[in-house]
Amino acid sequence: MRSLSAVPMRVAQSLRWFAHIWRSLRRSRQGTIGLMIVIVHMFIAVASPYIVPYAHHDIDGKNRLAAPSAEHPFGTDSFGRDLFTRVLLGGRAAIGVALLAAAIAVLWGGLLGILLAFIGGRVDEVLMRLVDALLAIPGLLVVLLIVVALGTGFSVLILTLGYAYGVTTVRVARGAALGYVASDFITAARARGERKTNIVLRELIPNLLDVLLVEYVMRASWALTAISSLSYLGFGIAPPTPDWGRMVFENQVMLAISPWGTLFPVFALASLIIGINLAGDALSKAIGLDRSQEAPT
Amino acid sequence: MSQKLLEVEGLTTGFRTQAGQVLQVLRNVSLEMQRGETLGLVGESGCGKTTFGMTLLGHLRPGGQVMAGSVRFEGVDLFGLGPDELAKIRGQRVAVIPQSASSALTPTMRVGEQIAEVLTLHLGLAGAELQERVLELLTRVHLPQVVELVRRFPHELSGGQLQRVAIAMGLAGKPELLVLDEPTTGLDVTTQAHILDLLREIQESTGTAMLYISHDMGAIARVCDRLAVMYAGEIVEDGAIDDVFADPVHPYTRGLLGSVPRLSYAGLPQAMAGRPPAPGEDAVGCAFVPRCAFADETCKTIDPALEATSRAGAIPHLVQCHHWQRVLASGASGQMRDLKARMEQDAEAEPLLELTEVDITYAKRGLAALVARWRNEPEPPTTVSGFTITIHRGETLALVGESGSGKSTIARTIAGLLPPRAGQIDFGGQDLASAVEGRPAEMHRKIQIIFQNPDASLNPRHTVKQILDAPLRLYFEMDGKGRLDRSGALLEEVRLTPRYLERHPGQMSGGEKQRVAVARAFAAEPDLVLCDEVTSALDVSVQAAVLELLAGLQANRGAAYLFISHDLAVVRAIADRVAVLYQGRICEVGPVAEIYAPPYHPYTETLLAAVPEPAPGARAQLLAKDVPEAEPPTRGCCFQRRCPRRIGSICDDEAPPSQFVAEGHIIRCHIPLADLGESQVDLISPAEIATQGAVVDGK
Ligand SMILES: Nc1ncnc2c1ncn2[C@@H]1O[C@H](COP(=O)(O)OP(=O)(O)OP(=O)(O)O)[C@@H](O)[C@H]1O
Ligand code: SF4
Ligand code: SF4
Ligand SMILES: [Mg+2]
Repeated sequence: MRSLSAVPMRVAQSLRWFAHIWRSLRRSRQGTIGLMIVIVHMFIAVASPYIVPYAHHDIDGKNRLAAPSAEHPFGTDSFGRDLFTRVLLGGRAAIGVALLAAAIAVLWGGLLGILLAFIGGRVDEVLMRLVDALLAIPGLLVVLLIVVALGTGFSVLILTLGYAYGVTTVRVARGAALGYVASDFITAARARGERKTNIVLRELIPNLLDVLLVEYVMRASWALTAISSLSYLGFGIAPPTPDWGRMVFENQVMLAISPWGTLFPVFALASLIIGINLAGDALSKAIGLDRSQEAPT
Repeated sequence: MSQKLLEVEGLTTGFRTQAGQVLQVLRNVSLEMQRGETLGLVGESGCGKTTFGMTLLGHLRPGGQVMAGSVRFEGVDLFGLGPDELAKIRGQRVAVIPQSASSALTPTMRVGEQIAEVLTLHLGLAGAELQERVLELLTRVHLPQVVELVRRFPHELSGGQLQRVAIAMGLAGKPELLVLDEPTTGLDVTTQAHILDLLREIQESTGTAMLYISHDMGAIARVCDRLAVMYAGEIVEDGAIDDVFADPVHPYTRGLLGSVPRLSYAGLPQAMAGRPPAPGEDAVGCAFVPRCAFADETCKTIDPALEATSRAGAIPHLVQCHHWQRVLASGASGQMRDLKARMEQDAEAEPLLELTEVDITYAKRGLAALVARWRNEPEPPTTVSGFTITIHRGETLALVGESGSGKSTIARTIAGLLPPRAGQIDFGGQDLASAVEGRPAEMHRKIQIIFQNPDASLNPRHTVKQILDAPLRLYFEMDGKGRLDRSGALLEEVRLTPRYLERHPGQMSGGEKQRVAVARAFAAEPDLVLCDEVTSALDVSVQAAVLELLAGLQANRGAAYLFISHDLAVVRAIADRVAVLYQGRICEVGPVAEIYAPPYHPYTETLLAAVPEPAPGARAQLLAKDVPEAEPPTRGCCFQRRCPRRIGSICDDEAPPSQFVAEGHIIRCHIPLADLGESQVDLISPAEIATQGAVVDGK
């Protein structure tokens, strides 16, 4: 039975862990910039329905392919829909899918990778061969095939991407866990007669949280790129839901006449992906710097 | 040319913290070195030894800065030089040999190429001359078969050979000053003795000056003429090595020397209380005040200065203490106490753990073994063979031997982590399952392990509370409150306070971490604790404290220890019985007093002779070559290839008989006991050496 006092301790610990991550991100300039970009995007994704001036399907018949103006800060597309509204709303679906897909990827991939490292032996050998074989096929291709076969839809997208990127995570998590399975504290736990689940949950996983977090951030950035590409190709987020990738496809034919419909979604997507990558890089660098080197609190 | 090679004047260095504070590491260090002088530098971990050694190469760690003073090498201020000029001095005129040779060598490059690279860089050699010089250097450090050796990769060499290669690289540029930072830490006694011998010989033939940094006083005694003691970034005593060892005048030097276990004395060394201040914990007055028995008001307010003592000699004797005269007058130093309640040799003592004819091998099993056989891979030799021993309740059995002799393998097998290939293991009269998973929980509780390196054996992500909780949760039905109380009590028992409960291992010193590991083992209330090199990663002062702790806990709790160590002096201080292991075979086993007195098994004798004692005049002897052996011989005596007293083909062909010397003392050797009794090795106490001026020298 778990005693009650353990719960606040756990909470305090995770808070400390987040504070630690936050500090290490803030320590690098790039990390701080990346984090700021991501925060702005997340804020927009959450708040945009309440702040946009129009509905995304509202058509202003008089103003088609208009340049930015006070009325339409980003201009309008060929139907006369407000681009500002559509760009602000256009990340929501993709970001949501990417975050969930990355969560699924890290959950199953991370767990499997850690378990394989811990179990070792033949199971590990055979499954890793399989993972290597799967990794040889480009992820986007797999996703495209599945989506074409099963049809688009949020759940298909999320599960497919979650599966495809989880395969990469298996490899990463296993590699990171291998560094710990032979260490003395795991041997000590085994010698103590600790149950295997306990060794994995209590001894191994706390040491891998950092790696899994970086992995999550990186997979989310990949998934975002993948969804936008899929949407661009017409297999991702289906209209009428506004989406950056789809917007680029719809508006690129007008590029010469009115570049705004292409430029703004591209800028939005690119800035988010750059932001995530900056933050992710700073994070992984910070992990090289171990928490044990921080001054006693 | 001036005789002075190096002048350090008022050197103060520091580093900037994240908060922007500048913390001092070295404080006002002044020191001179003459040409060809060998200076030892001792002090506890974190006192600034490495920092100081690196300044002699004009090097500072990232974030480090010189705040005052200068380091002049042949009159040139190193910190006033540009990077190009500095590069000319570094590696060529001043070279460094680091602690871990493997870190100095590139793993993917052949040994010969690496030395050649240094030669080309510093001396611009090329072609045949270069090759010749490479071979010459390797021969110089007494490496065998150099022509073949140059083509090997670092991982194909043993630890001792690697260190020799590192020394050869250090010598490549014909330096005038060699900085050696813990060059033998982590090596076997015998290997260490050979390296020390080599260093001494190089010094004598080339006249290279050496700064030898170590916390091993014995090693320093072997190589150096002069000794400097560093505490909290200051030199507190400096003088001829014989003077300092015979009668140190600084209380810290006395404490340090007193912490060293002596081969010649069967007692626990005296642990020094407290720890050195960390950078930033500066105080007015003498930094040693909190740990000093002689401290008074003057010490707390006035910084003592380095002054000359009355002792006359070629090397001036300096000390930084207000009351050195009082210290000197207070009498002999380095008192040892026999704190350990030694087990009576009692035939009635109840056996706790019995291993009978145990063979252990790292050979593959199951399918992998079939594959290996199919591929015609040779079967790996048995790491441990015919191992039979009994550990009684409450006693300490020490297992000694060089690295690779199978000591840890045996501990792993007893813990159930590595099933034996053959043999019987009984615990408390019952058969013990070979795999830890097959043992009842009660058995897990009764057998505990403490590892060598607490950094690896404590989960860095756990707090001390969580670490101590693990055994309590597993073995005892306790609620959260009960566990908290018990953890607190355990910490008190290992002389920490409950304040440590919330700390992570990264926030503690090495000694504190090892105490937590000890507390974790004792939380289980074990009957047997397997101690695998538990003090070898620690400072002498911390080691003394941990040894005292282990002895005290044993007296209170009555647990038995299997104490694995390669340090024969430590073993003498703590063990009741000793088993000497060579290549996984027991050569000699017996009560501690018997082992450390003739007759010796030739291997025991080799080990004992190789130990450098921290005493003036004490000289280690090299009885056997330090060639590591990959595989034990298939027939005859396991020590036949290196034995200095081999008597002939009988040693190669017939397994040596067990000769019973006394109650419980067995020697396995073909040489009759009467002849074994005539040993050249004599363990005399340091006091005797000091008064009689006796010199034990193998040469
Ligand atoms: N640039 C730096 N940044 C942070 N800490 C530093 C720096 N330089 C030195 N220190 C600190 O200064 C102290 C002295 O370090 P140093 O490595 O010289 O000790 P040492 O005597 O060689 O110890 P050991 O015996 O463990 O090798 C340590 O507490 C170390 O952490
Ligand atoms: S100056 Fe005082 S405190 Fe410092 S070592 Fe000497 S007696 Fe001890
Ligand atoms: S049996 Fe022979 S080789 Fe072995 S230790 Fe005795 S003398 Fe040496
Ligand atoms: Mg050091």
